[in-house]
Amino acid sequence: MRERCLKTITSLAAQDSRVVFIGSDLGVGVMADFKAAFPDRFFMEGVAEQNLVGVAAGMAMEGRVVYLNTIATFLTRRCFEQVAVDLCMHNANVRLVGNGGGVVYAPLGPTHLATDDIAILRALPNMTIIAPADADEMAGAVRATLDHSGPVYLRVAKGHDRIVTSENGAFRIGRAVPMRDGHDALIVTTGVGLQVCLDAADQLTATGIDAAVLHFPTVKPLDVETLAAAVERVPVVVTVEEHSVIGGLGSAVAECLAEADLLGGRAFRRVGFPDVFPSGYGDQAGMMRRYGISPDAVSSLVKELRSARRRARATA
Amino acid sequence: MTTISPNLDSRAQHLRRLVVRMLRGARRGHVGSAFSCIDILRVLYDDVLNFDPAKPKWPARDRCILSKGHGCLALYALLADKGFFDVSELDRVCAADGILGGHPDAMKVPGVEASTGALGHGLSIGLGMALHLKMAKSASRVFVILGDGECGEGSVWEAAMCAGKHQLANLTVIVDYNKFQAHGSTREVQDLEPFADKWQAFGFAVTEVDGHNTSELVEAFAAPRDPGKPTAVIAHTVKGKGVPFAENNMQWHHKNKVTDLEVESLLAALGGRSDA
Repeated sequence: MRERCLKTITSLAAQDSRVVFIGSDLGVGVMADFKAAFPDRFFMEGVAEQNLVGVAAGMAMEGRVVYLNTIATFLTRRCFEQVAVDLCMHNANVRLVGNGGGVVYAPLGPTHLATDDIAILRALPNMTIIAPADADEMAGAVRATLDHSGPVYLRVAKGHDRIVTSENGAFRIGRAVPMRDGHDALIVTTGVGLQVCLDAADQLTATGIDAAVLHFPTVKPLDVETLAAAVERVPVVVTVEEHSVIGGLGSAVAECLAEADLLGGRAFRRVGFPDVFPSGYGDQAGMMRRYGISPDAVSSLVKELRSARRRARATA
Repeated sequence: MTTISPNLDSRAQHLRRLVVRMLRGARRGHVGSAFSCIDILRVLYDDVLNFDPAKPKWPARDRCILSKGHGCLALYALLADKGFFDVSELDRVCAADGILGGHPDAMKVPGVEASTGALGHGLSIGLGMALHLKMAKSASRVFVILGDGECGEGSVWEAAMCAGKHQLANLTVIVDYNKFQAHGSTREVQDLEPFADKWQAFGFAVTEVDGHNTSELVEAFAAPRDPGKPTAVIAHTVKGKGVPFAENNMQWHHKNKVTDLEVESLLAALGGRSDA
């Protein structure tokens, strides 16, 4: 996904001279094609994220479209004030490309885990947050950012994630994508949570439960109309994300449903990391499994919620 | 080195009276911080910068960023004086529906290049602009005014290191070195010395001037000091410069609840009411 993302940025640079790339201290050879083709628009400026964001903002104020790439946690925690003031207050056309969204860097420990990136950035006015599910969707998302007005955060997953999206219809920022129909439950997700949810829905189908899956590649702004319409048709709603349950997609959905009076009579649960720094190492899939972000755990939860409702009805 | 209370010329007094005019409406502001950098801004806008107040975003303009955004009353005085907006706006500083606040907002105020107030942001933004201008092969220059207390921010030095690496002669940093920050003297709170050596070590061509001496400032700003380096001008200034009872007086770093009597005292020290 990262490779497709960077390749797409390079192709945008070929078609539009506004495009600039800034990296921090990325691995050797990263963006070599870009550097060779557009050396004056390629910047590798070292381990100094506060400065990188300010520099990107200054360029954007001059009309450039800046793609700024480093590890997700360092783009969101270290330089939060620069993101808030330099980018969001100025509505600057800077695209923050955050490597290792979620727990991609599980073996490297909690300093490198981005399980609060969406929560951090959701609080900022003007910020758009995009978490594609696979490389194809990432390519479409990157292309869509070229002429988007204002700052964008692109959450980059591990790579080689199963391709589950289709390129039918261009990526539209702010639009949710219905992936699967079903009237028994709705599973709402973002990023590589989509693969987990599609597998969970398959498991549920095998037990006679039709679960709809609604994918939000854009977490902010949230496509509330599509969400509300999908929720109205089902008794059970579960959100699934590779992120803390605090402040991410699940929070956004809960806020939306509560204020639209859509929670009454429905079961609603958020699946994600609890309020802890995820512990242990291993790999991304293993860490997600340990915290219940897995097809088995999601399908079990949906079944449980449906049974509980049936029991409640029977006793009512 | 500047001493306290030298005579100010009539233009220096006029601009300071515009600051006092803002206090009448706002009743608050970083007066000492504005008076220490107002002569720097005066020389930039009178003698150095290319700009067109009718076209604040004119691409060929020079860029000036007041990174120490709390000194904005001085910037507002210059921008109003030059016609970026009507001088009557100065009577509405900090008004609920005004465009001029306690820190400058680039989205609202014509001529303000970047919203500042949180410290340690302006140099990176100016650096980004300077890199853009270099890519665009523009002859425009970028000036960034830092406070001395602001230089405690690590981001200032990240930006300085980056500017040095790029040998950006089109970038000039001006430090308003008034030797005081909010709590007390910079020497006590966080000493900056050896200050010039620091900028030099980060790849800047450094010059030190009296920050209230217009001819020294004109000379320092006229051209880059070195065609292969960014310039750092350390401007030795006096906090509250021009009003004896405010000079080096920490009560005037940020003053609120400014009284009519204080306004009259300030005006009296600045050559009387005349145009303010």
